[in-house]
Amino acid sequence: MQLLTVKSLSKQFGGIRAIEDVSFGVKAGDILSIIGPNGAGKTTLFNCLTGFMRPTRGSILLTDRELSALPPDSIGRLGIARTFQNIRLFREMTVLENILVAQHARIRYGVVSAVLRSTAYKDEEKSLREKAVEYLELLGLEALAAKPSGSLAYGAQRKIEIARALATGAGLILLDEPTAGMNPLETDEMMALISNLRVMGKTVLLIEHDMKVVMGISDRIVVLDHGVKIAEGSPPEIRSDPLVIEAYLGRETH
Amino acid sequence: MLLQQLINGLTLGGVYALIALGYTMVYGILELINFAHGEIYMLGAYLGIIILAFLTAAGLTAYSLPLSLFITLVLTVLFCSSYGFTIEKIAYRPLRNAPRLSPLISAIGVSIFLQNYVMLTQGATDKVFPSVLGSGGFEFFSTRVTYLQAAIIAASGIIMVLLHLFVMKTKTGKAMRCVAQDKVMASLVGIDIDRVISITFIIGSGLAAVAGVMVALYYGLVNYSIGYSAGIKAFTAAVLGGIGSIPGAMLGGVVLGLAESLGASYISSEYKDAYAFVILIIILLLKPEGLLGKRREEKI
Amino acid sequence: MNGMTMKRSFLFRSLIIPLWISFLFLPFKGLLPAAVLFVVLSVTIPLSKALAGYLKEIRLPDLRLTRFVPAGDRLGLLLLVPALLLPFAGDNYITDIATLAGIYIILALGLNVVVGYTGLLNLGFVAFYAIGAYGYALLNTRLGLGFWSAMPLSVLSATAAGFLLAVPAVRLRGDYLALVTLGFGEIVRLILNNWDSFTKGPNGINGIAAPQVLDIQIGKISLYYYLVLVFVLVTVFVMRRVQDSKTGRAWIAIREDEIASAAMGISTTWHKLSSCAFGAFWAGLAGTLFAAKMRFVSPESFTFMESVLVLCMVIIGGLGSIVGVIVGALVLVLLPEVLREVQMYRMLALGCGLVFLMIFRPQGLFGGKHAASDR
Repeated sequence: MQLLTVKSLSKQFGGIRAIEDVSFGVKAGDILSIIGPNGAGKTTLFNCLTGFMRPTRGSILLTDRELSALPPDSIGRLGIARTFQNIRLFREMTVLENILVAQHARIRYGVVSAVLRSTAYKDEEKSLREKAVEYLELLGLEALAAKPSGSLAYGAQRKIEIARALATGAGLILLDEPTAGMNPLETDEMMALISNLRVMGKTVLLIEHDMKVVMGISDRIVVLDHGVKIAEGSPPEIRSDPLVIEAYLGRETH
Repeated sequence: MLLQQLINGLTLGGVYALIALGYTMVYGILELINFAHGEIYMLGAYLGIIILAFLTAAGLTAYSLPLSLFITLVLTVLFCSSYGFTIEKIAYRPLRNAPRLSPLISAIGVSIFLQNYVMLTQGATDKVFPSVLGSGGFEFFSTRVTYLQAAIIAASGIIMVLLHLFVMKTKTGKAMRCVAQDKVMASLVGIDIDRVISITFIIGSGLAAVAGVMVALYYGLVNYSIGYSAGIKAFTAAVLGGIGSIPGAMLGGVVLGLAESLGASYISSEYKDAYAFVILIIILLLKPEGLLGKRREEKI
Repeated sequence: MNGMTMKRSFLFRSLIIPLWISFLFLPFKGLLPAAVLFVVLSVTIPLSKALAGYLKEIRLPDLRLTRFVPAGDRLGLLLLVPALLLPFAGDNYITDIATLAGIYIILALGLNVVVGYTGLLNLGFVAFYAIGAYGYALLNTRLGLGFWSAMPLSVLSATAAGFLLAVPAVRLRGDYLALVTLGFGEIVRLILNNWDSFTKGPNGINGIAAPQVLDIQIGKISLYYYLVLVFVLVTVFVMRRVQDSKTGRAWIAIREDEIASAAMGISTTWHKLSSCAFGAFWAGLAGTLFAAKMRFVSPESFTFMESVLVLCMVIIGGLGSIVGVIVGALVLVLLPEVLREVQMYRMLALGCGLVFLMIFRPQGLFGGKHAASDR
């Protein structure tokens, strides 16, 4: 089943075309990677998908719901969660509180019952906290639950962002360079973690620079260059695509 | 009547524009609303009075009025620039990387401090400017323009042009524009950012000092509280013209001065001070980039 | 550090900085005071620098209140006993000041919702306080409404004003929002000052009735003190529970990172609006209580400086911390009363204090780094 369908999406800033006529689809349960040199428009694409930027043209369908005109919070509630390239945690909140905030949209009780501490409030808060701990355990973060998230190590912060994205309950998770700045050991761990998301029934859209990660876990790969899609296919197909080698791999010699 | 109001408005506008430049330059570079900038203007007005009174007592004014005024202006600019320089060093520099609202709150602190500093040292009552200038003037289309009004309008115009040339043509000016656009890039190409920021404060404060002296001469009296409302009005002028833009500050100042002077005579003078706030709110809500400014996109 | 640079930095601190500051001071007070200032500074600046060095060595104690008192409740109960007994101390003057402090606590806790939780800098918060106060004053003197029937209306009008102002304003970036709220505050004051036929202008409105509880006229300050105390307790109670709800968490999340909050499915617009309205609600309540206490209102009580003062209460205690805000309000109301002689220098010190607070303890005196969730 096609979970996300992007149809001839374009985004212009003034006269500059950041994305030009990009189309692709993501099957439910897949890991799809988006690669391309710096400035290819990958993060702009994420920003359009999550409502932080309004695309100039084109459409974005989540199953059959049009997203391109919706604000970010509506899209979040419809089931797309994301992480950010430069990590955006609620830094002065504890790790646990970060996860609690992520569950916001699912909470039913109102302010009045919170003030009166009704049973509805107590039951729901209790189950929220239990669920939050579960998410933390899933990523091996439970020991950090009471720590302010901003004071933690870089690798842990990246993981908390993923836990937070999961806690929203979204079916589609967008990860923006999850292994950036990690050592090889941490990168391997992150790879295993992302593969595990698929096991949990999540669909993953991944921006990644590390080719080992991309080739190792992707079901499909979309290659962008200067805002244009130049290739799409399975990892072996992409590896042997002459256009990709010329435009992307050929340029980055290292 | 209308022409008279236009001239009054233009005079006022010139003063607002001079103060607005300080806001616009600092905001362009630091993205900080320098709340204390209005107080620098107030300091300028006080220092003008103090220095001119001193020179008069020393007998220089009787000897040569223009020389006396010139020295007053130079010394006031010197002092105010020093104040601006010092304030930036003490109250803003340590907060360069703090959350966005911290320097703004610090600036409010500086503003309160300076107001009370002047009130305690100079008294809470109005201070009267030694009347050294006659009320001489000339007729212009059967409207009376005092020499002072003409001087204020001319001086603010000339200063504006000079500043524009400075920013566009000189090496320091180019460095300022560079820092305003991208601090990281600027430091990579070897621009000393701290120095550029200091220069910005020195120039901005100097311009506010000129405005202060001229207003003190124009109205003949000052009070420690004049900085607050003049500051807000000048900030409004800066936002109106498009914050970060030097011609914008000029345009905004003139528009605001005219609006205030025409509004006071044709709508209601009781709400004279409210016009600036109303304009500020409307412009921020409808067109926050101002008349001549550019829209900035926030990075995600 | 070698001897040369050490000597030079000592010279810099003990000579050049004092000389520079005295030079700036010179024209305002003349030669002799400037010389005195120079001597004072050249002693105090190196001394405080050295002292700061030693202080760093012995580590600054963590001033977080929760550190000392594991449960905020215990502290609260501890404070409640003297608070209940206060009027029996017999001094009406003290009771009067304490009543005023209680009103400021409610007001500051309201502003804390907007600034401390949601991170929206409001520089015209006193406008809602004014609407609450004038609301009761006008309803009482013109329509003859009593305290209890007027209060819902005056509080509601403040809340509505908070909400309506926020509708256009919350789209703005932080510092622009601050300026718009400042403008709004000034406009409200100018209207109160100039609309003579309605508000009696600068003369203000007098003859406002004191509230009545069960046929008892609460005119006496000791009785009124208890009324305010009850409202303070209600405010703290509600505030804590809202803070621990999904709404409170969403507000704090927006302060921490608006973009990430939106990505989590939180409607940032709605929560900013609700925060502004909720904050204004308490300002309206505080205003109503203020009008009923003074039995007189005038525009003079609602200046920009008043907004700044309330902001200082919130910042000094520690943004987002209920205990901190209460302490901040108490300090700023009581200190000038205790130190009458220094009242002249109060604002001067407040200005300095704000600057140094931002530089050295941006989390406030009593807020921990993690003040947002202290309980």
